[in-house]
Amino acid sequence: MKLHELKPGQKAVVRHLDVDRLPMKLVEMGCFPGSEVELILKAPLGDPYYLRIDGMPLCIRKDMAMQVDVELLTYGIHGS
Amino acid sequence: MEVKVALVGNPNVGKTSVFNTLTGLNQKVGNYPGITVDRKTGVSRMGDTLKVRIIDLPGIYSIQPNSRDEEVVLETLFDRHNTYYPDVVVVVTEVENLKRNLLLFTQIKDLGFPTVLAINMADQLPVKGIRIDLEALSEKLRTEVVLISTRTGQGISQLKAAISRYVEADKRPLLDLASVDETYFRSMDYKSWLTRSQGAVFEGVEPVSDGLSESEIKRLQQKETVRRYQQIGEVLKAAYTKDASVATGWQARADRLLTHRVWGYLIFFAVMMLVFQAIFSWSSIPMDWIDEKFAQLSAWVSATLPEGKFTELLAEGVIPGIGGVVIFIPQIAILFMFIALLEESGYMSRVVFLMDKLMRPFGLSGKSVVPLISGVACAIPAIMSARNIENSRERLITMLVTPFATCSARIPVYVIIISLVIPEQMVFGFIGLQGLVMTLMYFLGFLAALTTAWLLKMVIKARSRSYLIIEMPPYRRPLLKNVLSTMVEKTRAFVEGAGKIILALSVLLWFLGSHGPASTFGKAEETVIENFAGKNLSDDELQDEIEGYKLRNSYIGILGSGIEPVFRPLGYDWKISIAVLTSFAAREVFVGNLATLYNIGSHGEEETRIVERMEQERRPDGSRVFDLATGVSLLLFYAFAMQCISTVAIMRRETNSWKWTFIQIIFMTGLAYFSAMLAYNLLK
Ligand SMILES: Nc1nc2c(ncn2[C@@H]2O[C@H](COP(=O)(O)OP(=O)(O)O)[C@@H](O)[C@H]2O)c(=O)[nH]1
Repeated sequence: MKLHELKPGQKAVVRHLDVDRLPMKLVEMGCFPGSEVELILKAPLGDPYYLRIDGMPLCIRKDMAMQVDVELLTYGIHGS
Repeated sequence: MEVKVALVGNPNVGKTSVFNTLTGLNQKVGNYPGITVDRKTGVSRMGDTLKVRIIDLPGIYSIQPNSRDEEVVLETLFDRHNTYYPDVVVVVTEVENLKRNLLLFTQIKDLGFPTVLAINMADQLPVKGIRIDLEALSEKLRTEVVLISTRTGQGISQLKAAISRYVEADKRPLLDLASVDETYFRSMDYKSWLTRSQGAVFEGVEPVSDGLSESEIKRLQQKETVRRYQQIGEVLKAAYTKDASVATGWQARADRLLTHRVWGYLIFFAVMMLVFQAIFSWSSIPMDWIDEKFAQLSAWVSATLPEGKFTELLAEGVIPGIGGVVIFIPQIAILFMFIALLEESGYMSRVVFLMDKLMRPFGLSGKSVVPLISGVACAIPAIMSARNIENSRERLITMLVTPFATCSARIPVYVIIISLVIPEQMVFGFIGLQGLVMTLMYFLGFLAALTTAWLLKMVIKARSRSYLIIEMPPYRRPLLKNVLSTMVEKTRAFVEGAGKIILALSVLLWFLGSHGPASTFGKAEETVIENFAGKNLSDDELQDEIEGYKLRNSYIGILGSGIEPVFRPLGYDWKISIAVLTSFAAREVFVGNLATLYNIGSHGEEETRIVERMEQERRPDGSRVFDLATGVSLLLFYAFAMQCISTVAIMRRETNSWKWTFIQIIFMTGLAYFSAMLAYNLLK
């Protein structure tokens, strides 16, 4: 699934991101394959997204979130 | 010898606070009229002998340039011959986001600088349930690590000690590039890699050619960054623990409230209202007081000093001129206090988040909100603050429309005009009408900014995709010291920068106003007496007529009647025209200049306040000069016109284009002229 499909409160692990289409800054802010993301909330108009990446807060727009592959984490069982 | 120390760090780690703590008020910021630099410097003493120059650089996340802010830092750190090239770099980080902060640290370290790691906000450790093993960290990073808090003062002396030991620092790189890609990096060091990957230039480092495509390079960059994070993760595993059970529930609740679909916008609106109302109403008491004191001073000077040109210059030129500057100190200070509070508390980032989607149809981004809001203080730092906008079109549009935001230099004009033409009434029993009009003027500025942005979006083509990546700093109680230092620094810059121009202009105006051609000005008395012969005027009335005649025939009067036709369609007499014209140097001079013009010839006999003088001005037909039509026309003219030379200079520099600078001047001033004309003719 993609990052933008998360619901507030859900956690996931980043699987893949396309560096050709996404700015390097995203990686520099700690978002890369293997990092854990949590959607905290969405802005009132559904965009941007307020995330926590490995515990550190970050906001990105929906169009960017749509290009990040993630895998949903269910509590207790890590990455099935 | 002076040792240069650069402070580098992510935004919001408290770098400004560290800078303020190290330098006290020994700082120099050139952010204002005239010279403009992007770095703050200050002096600090360490021990008995060492004098250190501290250089504060813009907050950045990485040494790969994404925005203009980051380029400034890189110019300083990459170029050995740069004036600010540091001997030591202090990387400032904070306890909570240490992991992200350390990315930049490892990059700086790998550049080979003697480096000190300062971990700020130590006072938050118990609150957030964080423990840091300094020894382990220092050993693994091969760097002096100091835990500090600018709030409690903890660790500052250790930080100074660590800086003064900079010669002993271990300069070996932390990241083994071979661990990123063994074959590619076999014979390449970090600087060569930066030359290849981001086109950096280092003295003595050869460019690399390897036949790799852009996308392959990007992939390697990503691997490098991920590798750095892995290494940081390993280091922190041993040296950093966070107790997850420590609740920060109120922060989450605050976020939900402040970004709520209804409450979020309402609160934002209310905050802005509060700011504008405060500027208008809190400042009225100190302003009246200052106004009165200057009027008394003028009267006192002309009564006490021996009569003559010098006394006149003082009482009619210099003192009213200075008064016109000093009077606005309360408002400028209050305004910058609010701006500092919004930034420091973390609320500004929530506003960016809240507004992003709304701003995009106008070709702007959420980040444009920061320049637009700080434009309310002054367009110059505001235009510079657009530097962190990565997308070039969004940045250009933001810079072009920011001068529409109602800057503090317009406050003097608005305050005076509003108090002249808007009655002092209450609407709904509790909102002052004058304050309401003031608020409307601010909204008018924003409206003009948005509309223009929308037009520009149609014209300017996008060259790259726009994106938004921002951090959400935790809410923090603002440090009083930071707020005060912002207030003092900006107010001082206002008084010194604008003050000089205003003083010079008011002396010039006084001179031009009290001298004139001998054939008319020189024969004022005779001419008037002749003209009014047989009309039976009292001595006082005759004196008034003579003064009036003198002013009309002085150099300034001649100049004024020359340009009056240009401004007549807007409803301005020649005195207002002169004041408007001189405002193109800086808007603040409007009131001071009018004060000077109206004071000339008064001999400071009665101590009159600026407002009263303006209220008493009459047209030849006996009607008030400052009536509603002229007042509104002036308000609109000042709301839209591009009237500040410093802003023009900064636009030229930041856009690096005369074309856009001229387009901006012509568009804004044209809009000002025609809307003022329209309003005047409708209300007349
Ligand atoms: N608790 C705490 N807050 C701090 C400390 N130092 C700075 N702050 C706060 O952190 C916020 C950001 O500080 P500032 O110096 O503006 O950060 P900069 O963006 O890195 O220049 C402000 O609200 C400061 O009041 C500290 O030692 N402890």
